Amino acid sequence: MKLRYFAWVRERIGKPEEDIDIPANVTTVGQLMAFLATRGEEYAHAFDNPKVIRAAIDKAHVNGQASIKNAGEIAFFPPMTGG
Amino acid sequence: MSAKSTVRLQREPFDVAAEAAKLTRGRTDVGAVVTFTGICRGDEAGEPIAALTLEHYPGMAEAEIERHVAEANERWPLMGVAVIHRYGRIAPGEDIVMVATASSHRQAAFAAAEFLMDYLKTRAPFWKQVEKSGGISWVDARQADDTAADRWRTPRKPQAAE
Repeated sequence: MKLRYFAWVRERIGKPEEDIDIPANVTTVGQLMAFLATRGEEYAHAFDNPKVIRAAIDKAHVNGQASIKNAGEIAFFPPMTGG
Repeated sequence: MSAKSTVRLQREPFDVAAEAAKLTRGRTDVGAVVTFTGICRGDEAGEPIAALTLEHYPGMAEAEIERHVAEANERWPLMGVAVIHRYGRIAPGEDIVMVATASSHRQAAFAAAEFLMDYLKTRAPFWKQVEKSGGISWVDARQADDTAADRWRTPRKPQAAE
């Protein structure tokens, strides 16, 4: 699964993107965040407050309940501050 | 009604007057053009800043803005829309973003411009970093911006023409 990170999520994890294998029992965006948080200190730090982290599947916003089945690219990022 | 729309992300500065002029060129049915320009302020919370740096999610930023332009076109009788957002390093006094909307009457143009800006601030994947003398930090999202975007969720009919 291709994952992309932006802003301070990217900085905390230390990379802008990666391809990782996801366990079969991880089926939603929320579960994926919980799984990622177990991958090491930097991930735990990035996802220490999962409620503030936003997610997108294939470049469209999704919530934590969204299924990751069939996702091509999943992105995680902080609340947006453009404009 | 055909509304031509421009959505562009770029590092370079843009020309608001030129973009607004494109919305009316060669036509006489446009009665109102509203432009909004977001500008980099030289201070944040009373502290001077050196610059902002904007990160974005290429592909999604364009797609998200285009979705909202399409929604604005459904909600108001627009004759043209331009949204240009810069990324990269932006110094105080420089433009960051512009929205221009054209319609036959002012209400639709004002409302659509405000709607687009409110959504851009909360839904378009951009993140601002601020450089101050003490270092670089990420700008926190503002609750007021979410509140501003939320008020559009109650469906409204386009206003009657004046």
